[in-house]
Amino acid sequence: MIRLQTRGEASRVMALTAPLIAVTLTVVTGAILFEALGKPAGPTLHAYFIQPLSTRFGLSELLVKATPLVLIGIGLSIGFRANVWNIGAEGQLTLGAITGGALALAFYEVDSPLLLPGMLIAGTLGGMAWAAIPAYLRIRFNANEILVSLMLTYVAGLFLSYLVSGPLRDPDGFNFPESRLFHDAATLPTLMQGLRAHWGAVIALFAVIAAWVFLSRTILGFQLKVLGDAPRAASFAGYREPRLVWFSLLLGGGLAGLAGVIEVSGAVGQLNPSISPGYGFTAIIVAFLGRLHPLGVLIGGLMMALTYIGGENAQIAIGLPVSVTGVFQGVLLFYVLACDLLIHYRIKIGRPVGVKA
Amino acid sequence: MESLTLITLSVITAATPLLFAATGELVTEKSGVLNLGVEGMMIMGAVTGFGVGVITGNPFVGVLAGTAAGAAMAGLFAFLTLGLLANQVATGLALTIFGIGLSALVGKGFVGVTVNAMQRIEIPILTDIPVLGPILFGQDPLVYFSFILLGATAFVIRKTRVGLILRAVGDNHDAAHAIGYSVVLVRSLAVLFGGACCGLAGAYLSLVYTPLWAENMTAGRGWIALALVVFATWRPGRLILGAYLFGGITILQLHAQGAGWGVPSQIMSMLPYIATIVVLVVISGDKAKIRLNAPAALGKIFHPAR
Repeated sequence: MIRLQTRGEASRVMALTAPLIAVTLTVVTGAILFEALGKPAGPTLHAYFIQPLSTRFGLSELLVKATPLVLIGIGLSIGFRANVWNIGAEGQLTLGAITGGALALAFYEVDSPLLLPGMLIAGTLGGMAWAAIPAYLRIRFNANEILVSLMLTYVAGLFLSYLVSGPLRDPDGFNFPESRLFHDAATLPTLMQGLRAHWGAVIALFAVIAAWVFLSRTILGFQLKVLGDAPRAASFAGYREPRLVWFSLLLGGGLAGLAGVIEVSGAVGQLNPSISPGYGFTAIIVAFLGRLHPLGVLIGGLMMALTYIGGENAQIAIGLPVSVTGVFQGVLLFYVLACDLLIHYRIKIGRPVGVKA
Repeated sequence: MESLTLITLSVITAATPLLFAATGELVTEKSGVLNLGVEGMMIMGAVTGFGVGVITGNPFVGVLAGTAAGAAMAGLFAFLTLGLLANQVATGLALTIFGIGLSALVGKGFVGVTVNAMQRIEIPILTDIPVLGPILFGQDPLVYFSFILLGATAFVIRKTRVGLILRAVGDNHDAAHAIGYSVVLVRSLAVLFGGACCGLAGAYLSLVYTPLWAENMTAGRGWIALALVVFATWRPGRLILGAYLFGGITILQLHAQGAGWGVPSQIMSMLPYIATIVVLVVISGDKAKIRLNAPAALGKIFHPAR
């Protein structure tokens, strides 16, 4: 008989090994899935995971895709630590893209070095404003932030779709639902000539370091951890829950909004209804894959970015349906959550000692 | 009068999937498990129901297959959260992400295909009664079943020993375990029932409501169903009110778009989502009522000391 025995304290070895086991299991599952779809596993896995990493172009695309995932993942992981479940990062990203993008379009004729910083700030504030709604409704009315933030994601998507087919539509765009292309002053500079990777990657890296310092060196970071791990202890210690809820949601929303404006200003170059392939949702997986630790989020963000690029690459090279990416991401999250078991429990085979059947 | 009948009929069709999914989730939550994967289970039910409906040509077989697909997804959730003690919130989200991806993959060949939709029951004479006839006697069989299912669920939860055990496990799993009930078994069955209902709801969408298959066609209905359970404060009877309210709002905004009131269609489409938030705020604000009715062990992990 198989049973679970609680470990006295979380295993540090397993905390590092468990995500690796999960990734390995996902790759094995992927190989089986490819064979089931009638594609040879070896070449498909190569096209999926190796080929994108072997060219300068692929590595640059990896940074482009990882930037929003890491930024959002950092914000979400801090909130998840405090048991604040912001599931609507996709909507906050959309709002950030709208506010930042609208600023770029409003000053379309202006060529000023202040425009880009202004956009980044506007995007961050847009995301924060969108996240403030679930924060306020949870604190004031006890409304579940999961459902509220998620509903607002649909609202934000529809709002963007309305804007680009109405007020913000490109006047010379043949009625396509998209805005004008941003000018150079509103575009994030690239890191290297001829490649798409842009300065957003540096901003994301800075967010990782800042989050690390925040969690390990500040009182508020410590309080967030306690609130998540031991809510009763937190209440005895007199931590004010509303303050931490506000903080978690505003931080998560702000970073998602920043990711949104960085995405439209760096990678997309305009507003259109398909600015994000679900980064806000994938970032949830990134946060868990990284075990809610900033460094882990960085690695997790790069890995999930690889599933996007690998998916596109395998679609072109092998003709694999692009929806495989979503399946992959879901399976990976399943394995990550299942392997978490190993951190807190030992698996024992055989009857418990001293207990008669 | 004719158009009023038509509007009522479309409200019923829009409300029925919500009622199925919310009934299932209510039972799951009553056992103390929060399964946020409703959307994922629904979409898998939709694609499986549609695919099997196309292949067999029989919508009833399709509905059964969709129901089974929802239960299978729920089985995965039960294994992870009850067997491997994974976090319920995160696992539910994984179920949704996985379901949306897998359904798109499986359903690729079914986009744009037509299916034998489920027919309404036509009872001679009774259906011919003006206005009330088609509404009361001319529905598809699943509409009647949604009411039977809800009534049976309400009866079992409130009046039977099974319901008592379900509520005991959901309110205090340690006590239920100490008396000798198998918490994991009761919860697994409740989760499977919930998944089957969500699969059925999805199959209803793709085989009756639209009837066609499109990627991501559940469009947040699973999440609205979750909100409906809170709206009903975990009491089955009030689910009908909630489901028909939201069915009504969905149809209202469609008709308003058609009537051309000058409000952009995207703004009108926001209505059901905004209404969900409003409803959550109104209901959740009454903390005493929530505390009184919500299963006390909702979302808590159960691991017996021995």
